[in-house]
Amino acid sequence: MKKNTKKLTDVASVIRSKNAGPFEVTLDIIFNDKQTYEKIKAAGVINKELIAKLYGVSEDEITEFVYYDAANAVKATLVRPRHQGSVGETDMHAAQQHVPLLEIRIPWE
Amino acid sequence: MEEIRVLTPTGMLGYGFPVKWFKEGLKRNPHVIAVDSGSTDSGPHKLGMGALTCSEESYYKDISIMLEGGYEKKIPVIISSAGGAGSDKHLKIFIDIVEKICKEKGFHLRVAAIRGEVSKELVKEKLRQGKIKPCGPVDDLTEAEVNKANTIVAQMGVEPYLKALEMGVDVIITGRSYDPAPIAALGIKEGFDPGPCWHLGKIMECGALCAVPAGKTMFGYLRKDHFVLEPMDPELRCTETSVAAHTLYEKSHPYLLPGPGGVLDLSECRFEQIDDRRVKVSGSKFIPSAAYAVKLEGAKQVGYRTIFIAGVRDPFAIKHIDEILEGVEQDVVEYFSDIPRESYEMIFHVYGKNGVMGEHEIQKEITSHELCIILEVAAKDQKTATAVCSRARTELLHFPYEGRVATAGNIALPFTPLEIPLGPVYKFNIYHLMEIDDPCEPFPIDIYEF
Repeated sequence: MKKNTKKLTDVASVIRSKNAGPFEVTLDIIFNDKQTYEKIKAAGVINKELIAKLYGVSEDEITEFVYYDAANAVKATLVRPRHQGSVGETDMHAAQQHVPLLEIRIPWE
Repeated sequence: MEEIRVLTPTGMLGYGFPVKWFKEGLKRNPHVIAVDSGSTDSGPHKLGMGALTCSEESYYKDISIMLEGGYEKKIPVIISSAGGAGSDKHLKIFIDIVEKICKEKGFHLRVAAIRGEVSKELVKEKLRQGKIKPCGPVDDLTEAEVNKANTIVAQMGVEPYLKALEMGVDVIITGRSYDPAPIAALGIKEGFDPGPCWHLGKIMECGALCAVPAGKTMFGYLRKDHFVLEPMDPELRCTETSVAAHTLYEKSHPYLLPGPGGVLDLSECRFEQIDDRRVKVSGSKFIPSAAYAVKLEGAKQVGYRTIFIAGVRDPFAIKHIDEILEGVEQDVVEYFSDIPRESYEMIFHVYGKNGVMGEHEIQKEITSHELCIILEVAAKDQKTATAVCSRARTELLHFPYEGRVATAGNIALPFTPLEIPLGPVYKFNIYHLMEIDDPCEPFPIDIYEF
């Protein structure tokens, strides 16, 4: 691990993915506390561009990217890669699609 | 009324819940017992073919406990989105279950069944009037797609519930509904601010999933400008973080939640810990929309599927797995040259490589010592799907590759039948918003006296 960085699991208590209806998958990162959240939000490391890169999609395929202060959370919603529950499905609930997020490293002093 | 108390035994009817925590909730004298049983999460086949999310036995058991509680306390029991998909077929199964319970327990109940299935004629008429638009990243709806749908339902808002409650019924069972509606209904009927009503509904439709650890039975206290959540199992706690986290669960946007008749705006929400296990939520706002729209869900059949399941342990086979599978597919396609290639699909799911994440998998190199391969074949009929799957299985068993030492076979097959027919496969082909003039119009109410 690089010096002066933290793993996402060190700063966030929830890192998850889930269907948001049959045509979108939504990614949630909920940070440990307000202070951590504000610091990461201000640093801007987690942004639309990063999510697009981690998932190998274009930014157009990210339908929402929003920081939510009340929950110390950031949410990104992506177009589902395939029709839910139809031919070719690999993850009916899209509950295991969060793993690329675990790669995120947060600069930390 | 100063307070409405809502008891939700579980986040999904049919999943079961501990009776003791349900009784703990009854002790708090709820005004209503409400539970949601709907979801698109387990796929389009429930809507397409009328299959149930859980077994009839499990629904019978859960509904029995709820009706006993409602009967004892003389309070309404509300169950939404019967059977998972909320078609007329699902609704009928639930009504039959309620009738059976009434007969067996000697209950006399007045039951409202609110239908949620909509006719193709209505959908096509609205389409012609320009009152249907996509809900999220889906194509514009066409009449052709409407005709292809096996079943179409609409998610009702709270208004049909209000109408049924006005009729003085003991039980409300609905077809497809917006998930929070059964929980929000009584508060809205009694004139409470719809913001907290809907937000309470959004959280409690999942039972005690918002607690730590996640659980089943949740109790909600709805007040004038806030609500309080209390999980019934004393081992569970609601925390500011856990409730806030659940607010954004399975939604496209974290704080703007569109529903029938308006948008729930949670941008100014406050979550406050009032003791170890209870959280107070305030600041939830409901903003009515100019036009009233309901969400349509439709599913069409796209073919039949057959799969085989195989293991690969040989390190040389694993090393060459991509070229082996490509070769197998090529041979099968050549063999079935009489079948149009576009009429069937062959999809290899390779666990140990990218079975879960598919094209999004970040780890490109296989590090596993064994692989599980599932071949999914979809074709226009079951016979063709099984024939293609079978041909691929035998081809894969003996496919030659560079450096092969195990000449007896490339795969380890655990099950018979070696090819497993999965039956019809469906696809959600309608996921659109339909504008309606009267929020109750597409949702007729039938009254039963049992």
